[in-house]
Amino acid sequence: MLTGLFAILFYAATAILVVGVANRIAAYWRTPAPLKIPTMPAPRTQGGMVYRMGREVVLFESLFRSNKWIWIFGWMFHMALFLVLLRHGRYFQESPWFLTEVVQPFGKYGGFAMIAGLAGLWGRRFLVERIRYISTPSDHLMLILLLGIGISGMMMTMVAHTDIVALKHFMIGLMVFDWKPLPADPVLIAHLSLVIILMVIFPISKLMHAPGIFFSPTRNQIDDSREKRHIAPWAAEMEK
Amino acid sequence: MAKKVDFDTPALSEYLQIPVLQEGAMAHSSPFVAKPAHQEPLNFPGELVEDWHDQAIAKMEDLSKTSRSFSLFLDICVHCGSCTDKCHYFIGTADPKNMPVARQELLRSVYRRYFTFAGKYFPNLVGAKDLTRETLDEWHSYFHQCSECRRCSVFCPYGIDTAEITMAARDILDAVGYGQKYDNEILTKVLKIGNNLGLPGPALAATLEDCEEDLEEETGLPVRMPLNEKGADVLLITPSADFFAEPHIDGLMGYAKVFHQAGISWTMSDYASEGANFGMFIGNYPTMKKVAERIRTAALELGVKRVIVGECGHAWRVAYSFWNTLAGTGHGAAADDKYAQMLQKQLDPRYPAPQHIIEFTYDLLQRNALKIDKSANDHRTVTFHDSCNVARGTGMGGIERGQFILPREVIKAVVNNYVEMDSSTMFEETFCCGGGGGLLTDDLMELRVKGALPRMNALKKVFDDEGVDTLAAICAICKSQFTKVLPFYDMPMHMITSVHQLVGDALVFENND
Repeated sequence: MLTGLFAILFYAATAILVVGVANRIAAYWRTPAPLKIPTMPAPRTQGGMVYRMGREVVLFESLFRSNKWIWIFGWMFHMALFLVLLRHGRYFQESPWFLTEVVQPFGKYGGFAMIAGLAGLWGRRFLVERIRYISTPSDHLMLILLLGIGISGMMMTMVAHTDIVALKHFMIGLMVFDWKPLPADPVLIAHLSLVIILMVIFPISKLMHAPGIFFSPTRNQIDDSREKRHIAPWAAEMEK
Repeated sequence: MAKKVDFDTPALSEYLQIPVLQEGAMAHSSPFVAKPAHQEPLNFPGELVEDWHDQAIAKMEDLSKTSRSFSLFLDICVHCGSCTDKCHYFIGTADPKNMPVARQELLRSVYRRYFTFAGKYFPNLVGAKDLTRETLDEWHSYFHQCSECRRCSVFCPYGIDTAEITMAARDILDAVGYGQKYDNEILTKVLKIGNNLGLPGPALAATLEDCEEDLEEETGLPVRMPLNEKGADVLLITPSADFFAEPHIDGLMGYAKVFHQAGISWTMSDYASEGANFGMFIGNYPTMKKVAERIRTAALELGVKRVIVGECGHAWRVAYSFWNTLAGTGHGAAADDKYAQMLQKQLDPRYPAPQHIIEFTYDLLQRNALKIDKSANDHRTVTFHDSCNVARGTGMGGIERGQFILPREVIKAVVNNYVEMDSSTMFEETFCCGGGGGLLTDDLMELRVKGALPRMNALKKVFDDEGVDTLAAICAICKSQFTKVLPFYDMPMHMITSVHQLVGDALVFENND
């Protein structure tokens, strides 16, 4: 019963996540940026642009320049989340590969950094007047959701271990459509339920910032407007 | 609409202060509404249409299909707060709706309501709002409290550019017949007469003759100010403020002296006697294209080999970043792009197109082609204001950061006493003068004075500590704005100067010795 329910939920959530995000990305891909609007000074080569985007995605360069507190909490959360996600690879592989093995201890304690980062970001939504002013209920709920995922996860790592061998069989079973029983551990059920919610809301929420940044014309355009004519298809029609 | 309000000039301080929020502090600030005579020539409805609601939503739908930044920037903001203390209008007014993210939110809340799943079904949760008549008033107010200076986009982790949102909002307002008078009146003039002033050809010719007389008196040489001369090498496109306003006109005479000494044949055009393109301010592509095409037409008719742009910030952004797109005024068109090839075949490939007058003068200085006596400017201590559009919307010299390097090199080549303002207010982090983006109008005086606060703060420091008495700039709007607001901050209005006035003053004309 529980196994069947979660199997179906996971399939549905995965489908919504993949199709939803693909849809939004397709829309961004299709829609032209009619004018050259890189935030200057901008790189003058394709390689330079990739380097700029890389610094933005990996180091959060613009945020660092702007506000050290948001940067510390935001960067800590994202990097810790990245380690934690890598660590979760072990639930999807029969015999985990090298990187999944290496990252285990980092991912394990990274969970604390993730929670600390989220707590810091949430605190700012109460303590800093300007950020309190711009926060919507969904901004708070998003942080609560992520904190819930982080805390329930750390509970299982640090306090009340769940049967991760059974969990691994369940997850791998899902991937090959051969359902294995899901352990009926309340903390685990809470953790997975929150993850499913996160997957479902991803494509319809601000979480789209993750794929979205790659399409941001102020960051992905090159400073070559005088050397190369840039024109959107609909704008070219006006010249015919 | 715009009311005469008594206001206090903000106090300057040692370091820039982030203000405590004062809700509604600038809710009363709204520019005059465009009249039918300013709307209709631009193909906008004369006044607010009956079905403004549906028309506005249709316009948003249209924008989401034609411009990626519209829906992308409205989708991906996470409300991190990075931009909240970066806007000069927020710093100067303390109105929370002047925080870039809050300004975007005025449009985003409506976009969410009509175009996103979450906003359609859970509006309160995500801050989605119905489009009401009051919304339009609020847009008209707060989207005319943004100078599209892009400072916030420097600090956004996703590069969200509030200028794009402001332009979109103004485009929507124009589409429903609720435009801004100042911008649309000026656009009507430039499309009818050829410049923002509405200065007809004969009057322009007379002005230039006066300038020639002044120049001859000063240099003893027949320094020319040619108009409509076919076969000239260079077409100069400069903001029309250069033809009449102080200190702009001294800059114009500076260009003429440089051309004269370099021995390069040049001309201006009365058909395209305007470098400014307010089409950018109102975010309307067809209008911006029409204004840009006048320059293309003039260049084709006069048969020039180069197009050089005078000192104007947003004009240089449009020229550098958009002219090639809008009117094929540039290089590198595809072989089958007949429209762009027409002009590109005519332009000399050895020079960038368009070229900034600073790039032109810089090249001459590099080649020692100008005779300079720096001591002519020894009575001055000069600082330079990076204009927002030049800094964050353009380049110069074909090198990264050239837009910061070249103007400074030109100034340092002609003056001995140069001082830099606080670097956190300069370069790509420069503050707008407070009058950019189509807000340089008397009905927004309170906004302009308060928005100038961050720049005035940095300027006052070098004014007091380093004896700076000259503020050089390469933007017509900056020059007009500073002339107006400097006295509010107890600094002399005449300290604002064109960079090419400094160049012109230092040029030595042999025959004059």
